[in-house]
Amino acid sequence: MIELITHNTLYSALIALGGLAAVFGAVLGFAAIKFKVEGDPLVDQIDELLPQTQCGQCGYPGCRPYAQAIVDGDAINKCPPGGQTTINSLANLLDVDAPSLDEEHGEESEVKKVAYIREDECIGCTKCIQACPVDAILGAAKQMHTVIASECTGCDLCVEPCPVDCIDMLPLAQEIKDWSWELPQSLPLIATDRTHAADDAEEENAA
Amino acid sequence: MALLKITSPHVHGTNSTSRVMAKVALACAPGIMALTLWFGFGSLCNIILCIGFCLSFEAIALKLRQRDVRFFLSDFSAVVTALLLGIALPPFAPWWLIAIGSFFSIVVAKQLYGGLGFNPFNPAMVGYVVLLISFPVEMTTWLPAMANSQGLGTIEGLAQVFAGHAFTSLDAYTGATPLDIVKQNSSAVLSDLYQQQSVFKNSHFAGTGWEWVNLAFLGGGIYLLWRKIFTWHAPISMLGTLAVLSALFYDGGSSSSPGSPLLHLFSGGTMLGAFFIVTDPVTSAVSNKGRVVYGIGIGALVFVIRAWGNYPDAIAFSVLLMNFAAPFIDYYTQPRTYGHVKKPGKPSQK
Amino acid sequence: MRQIWDIPGGIHPPENKTQSTGDAIANIPLPAEIVLPLNQHIGAPAIPCVAVGDKVLKGQVVAEAQGLVSAPIHASTSGTISAIEQRFIPHPSGMMSDCIVITPDGEDQWTTLHPVPDYKALDHAELVALIRQAGIAGMGGAGFPTAVKLNPRADRKVHTLILNGTECEPYITADDMLMRERADEVVAGTLLLAHILGTPETILIGIEDNKPEAIAAMQAAVDKHAQQSRGIAIDVVSFPTKYPSGGEKQLIQILTGKEVPSGQIPATIGIVVQNVGTAVATYRAVTFGEPLVSRITTVVGETLKQQRNIEVLIGTPVDHVLTLHGYQAEKKSRLIIGGPMMGFTVEHTNIPVVKTTNCILVPSNEEIPPTQPAQACIRCGMCAEACPANLLPQQLFWYSQAEDTEKLEQHNLFDCIECGACSYVCPSNIPLVQYYRASKGTIRQQELAKKQSDRARQRFEFRQERIAKAEAEKEAKRLARKKAAEEAKKKLAAQAGNEPEKNAATSSAAGSTTPVPKTPEQASTGATDTNQLPKLERALSSAKSREERAQQQLAEAKANGEDARIEPLSARLKQAELKVKEAEEKLKAYQQGENLPSSAVPEKLQQKLSLSPRQKAEKNIETLQKRIATAEEKLAEAEQANASTTDALRQGVEKLNQKLAEAQRELEATAEDGITAEKGAAAVDAPTMSAAEIAIAKAQAKAAAQASMSDDEKNQAQIASLQKRLDKARERLAKAEAENNDNIDAFRIGVEKLEAKLAEAQQPQTTP
Repeated sequence: MIELITHNTLYSALIALGGLAAVFGAVLGFAAIKFKVEGDPLVDQIDELLPQTQCGQCGYPGCRPYAQAIVDGDAINKCPPGGQTTINSLANLLDVDAPSLDEEHGEESEVKKVAYIREDECIGCTKCIQACPVDAILGAAKQMHTVIASECTGCDLCVEPCPVDCIDMLPLAQEIKDWSWELPQSLPLIATDRTHAADDAEEENAA
Repeated sequence: MALLKITSPHVHGTNSTSRVMAKVALACAPGIMALTLWFGFGSLCNIILCIGFCLSFEAIALKLRQRDVRFFLSDFSAVVTALLLGIALPPFAPWWLIAIGSFFSIVVAKQLYGGLGFNPFNPAMVGYVVLLISFPVEMTTWLPAMANSQGLGTIEGLAQVFAGHAFTSLDAYTGATPLDIVKQNSSAVLSDLYQQQSVFKNSHFAGTGWEWVNLAFLGGGIYLLWRKIFTWHAPISMLGTLAVLSALFYDGGSSSSPGSPLLHLFSGGTMLGAFFIVTDPVTSAVSNKGRVVYGIGIGALVFVIRAWGNYPDAIAFSVLLMNFAAPFIDYYTQPRTYGHVKKPGKPSQK
Repeated sequence: MRQIWDIPGGIHPPENKTQSTGDAIANIPLPAEIVLPLNQHIGAPAIPCVAVGDKVLKGQVVAEAQGLVSAPIHASTSGTISAIEQRFIPHPSGMMSDCIVITPDGEDQWTTLHPVPDYKALDHAELVALIRQAGIAGMGGAGFPTAVKLNPRADRKVHTLILNGTECEPYITADDMLMRERADEVVAGTLLLAHILGTPETILIGIEDNKPEAIAAMQAAVDKHAQQSRGIAIDVVSFPTKYPSGGEKQLIQILTGKEVPSGQIPATIGIVVQNVGTAVATYRAVTFGEPLVSRITTVVGETLKQQRNIEVLIGTPVDHVLTLHGYQAEKKSRLIIGGPMMGFTVEHTNIPVVKTTNCILVPSNEEIPPTQPAQACIRCGMCAEACPANLLPQQLFWYSQAEDTEKLEQHNLFDCIECGACSYVCPSNIPLVQYYRASKGTIRQQELAKKQSDRARQRFEFRQERIAKAEAEKEAKRLARKKAAEEAKKKLAAQAGNEPEKNAATSSAAGSTTPVPKTPEQASTGATDTNQLPKLERALSSAKSREERAQQQLAEAKANGEDARIEPLSARLKQAELKVKEAEEKLKAYQQGENLPSSAVPEKLQQKLSLSPRQKAEKNIETLQKRIATAEEKLAEAEQANASTTDALRQGVEKLNQKLAEAQRELEATAEDGITAEKGAAAVDAPTMSAAEIAIAKAQAKAAAQASMSDDEKNQAQIASLQKRLDKARERLAKAEAENNDNIDAFRIGVEKLEAKLAEAQQPQTTP
């Protein structure tokens, strides 16, 4: 038997290859079980990255539905509140190229805004309360309403339903405790070509 | 006041990049002098041409990249690259060889990666290796060491550089380097070899001229160490590894011996490599521990390639190979930060 | 001689300490006003407890501490509170913050103090409270409230107290002079601090060896104390000068060889470090009852005619100090609060000296030349050699540039003490520390944003859950009702078998009362339909704003003559214009298309779909009442006919009554749920609709007339905006009327309010 195998190159090759295949298969199979990555399901991971404004600008009723939609193959550039940062981190997570923001869904705002109710004009209709996705508006029927600024995500959803247009989106004032140094702006002297690349990308998008 | 957005510290040490580069260039001087003394003004010729080409290429590349040409030229990094490339090339290298080498050094290896500080590979060594692989004949015609008067005359030298041939056949002048000879040797025991070959006849331990060139570069290196331009970690660990390995494999001089430790330390480009190329901060590992590993890697590779590889010398290859490994070394040699007890190198669990 | 350890890295910048040590600590005359920022310490800002116009005495509390980590603020001289307002404060941001401003009366009269000559009579809590009330915050520069530091957690025994007299920053000599001149007070303060901390075994005073006079003075004071032999041994330890050995963590390493674990405070390893200035302040606060109203500050720099240390009242404007020292503004390169290594530049001189101001440095241009432009990093590693925390500054710089926060944290960015040694040695002049500070800020902001988004998610999910629960409850109730109705029907059928006609009538009535089930799918499709419009509108407005932006940029480029930019920009503009057109078309198409399907839907169904729970409940009650009426009629009939079904019918009536009560309860419940309840009144039809229209027309006419009459532009603008809003509101009202939806009332109220406002705005114009 062994003689036959050793003398017949075809058999010995087959057996060697088969043996190797079996061994590696076993090792890989073992590794797959032993080192299994216990991660969040993808939807949760995507949901983690979304800004949770629940604004619906993406066309889905909240961040989680959009996360689900991304898993189901929707584009990742539909989130204006998250902006390019969110798109980049999503692209990073999903290992795809980062597109620029789809501006049909709105524009990225540079400053964080919160809703503010001009309280003397509020008629107490509760419409904004029902529109608020995070229960950040306080009030009752025929009572004046107010926004809990710390909970407001700046989603804009309460502005539209207000019958008297008494809700403004105001930029958050910068306070001294929130202040921090900015990255040095003498960057053109340090030779990264990133700034130029960004310009080019913008131009491409515009074209 | 425009100064508002400048954060502390408001005082600055007297050090500057151009000063560092100038010191490195200055430290090359003894080595260049030794080269000129023993091998004629060929190396000087190389260096001058290299500086011319490198600066021009650098200026053009900066211009194309829309950078402030004068500001970036004034860091002298192109000059240092040119010096190293010029020293590494065989004397009286033809001008087109130098042009190609400079192009690859400055444009391909450096500017295409983003300029000084962004190049993963040592520019001078990239240029050198491109030439070594593409033009092996031109790159291995070293003149034998001799006093200048016996070598090529000025006119012949220049003719060799610019016209591609000397009036007298250059072959009459070329000679194998000590490392070449040991490499090619297959039959003679080393002591006999030393007797036969003219390179070794008048030398003390590592080949006529070569030992002095290497000693001169060693001197320059010690000067830089003293001026704290770099730390001892990379060069000393590289030389140490090379010495230990060559001692381990030195069998007293049989015909298959790779050569004595002294030969390895003081011949070829060992000292130039150890103090001027291995220490290139941009392309080496960053922490001191990492630099030790980096130096050991280069030392080992140099010996392995010299002893068992196809090339007589191996500084360039070893440096480039370890350039590849530098980020990896960095990853595992992160020093322990104040207040941390965990083993460094492992990514922290945050 | 105690063993001392070395720290890794460190640098030796020029010390520049002799300029300011020539003169003794001096006092300066009172300034014209005292400005006391409410936040001079780390932690929550203090809350003012005085009002403008109040007379205060020196040492009187003007602002109370708020929360645990905070410190009160005291009037540093007697006078009148002239303002509580935003002023510039010494902060790198150059921003303003709330301050209490005192106009001194020149008397400098102390309030009643409560000295405690023998502090050993008080217990730990009382002493800590005293120090807290004195408003003492770390005087070395950080400003951490001292009382908090002296109150370590019960499970942490403090075995070492270190007095920090290192003062490693160039130029600053405040602590040096303090130790030279007031060594006894430093020692007394040390003993007090030791007493508060439960007398640690080791008490060290660490001083760099470049201050021989201070070391000698301190040693003499300590010896004097030892002669009085109070049983506590204090060691004066000197060690080689090296920046930044005065950093808290570095000093601990030098004196004990231990390291404070990352992210922890020294108390976790049983060590407390206090600045010598803090020790003196503590001593004075307890023994003499004096709160922190002044501090020693070094005033130094070549632009000054006189350079020295002064004991200055907290709140004294820097302006005042500089003027008194012969400040030549034209020579200055910058104004630095703190030392040259870690201090920050400020734009104005009209900022006050605060509790943490240990130095005012006004160097000349020759002394500290302007920063050179940064060159490329050549990864030379000199920064890593200089780093006292053993970080890899060049790697941090790299990742900071790339904004790779993950890698930054992996390389322990937050262990950076921002000492500036790396920037100092960098041959390429890279402002490394600024990169780290910026990155730290970004990371903190990101963490905050993450926290906020997690909260938002939680709240969103909770809301969804609540809505689903409410929906489910309603559904369950509806099912239960249906079931009950069916049962009743069956019973009726069984009992009133001889009256098939009427029975059939009742059952059909019962069948018709069951409301049309509103499935979630229906609701959501309705929602997406209506979502389409705002989405398109948003797309249009965004496209428009892009167009505007492009136009602006183009105009700018043209104005600046940047020919290279004009071409791409105009291309972009064209693109944007196309987009706007496209969006407009889409919107138009949608609006045209929208009316068709919506009118096709039966109005009744729409109404039903839009019913609120309350309205549903009301409808329910209505039908129930109807049914009761018919049932009672039937009962009466049966009684008259003396039919056998009387009992059964009576039961039916009772049951219906019960149901009615239940429905009413439900209605009440929905009404109570104020947040989700819609305005029930909206369901009532609107008889005054035409009246509103008339009012609108009137208002319009009036507004138009008023607008054309007025000439005050500002008012006009306001009116115009009101008008615009009014128009919008009216539009909505009209729409609501056309659709006959239940928001009419709300819209109407809105319109009325706006009208009232408009009228109000117009009034001042008509009066003059």
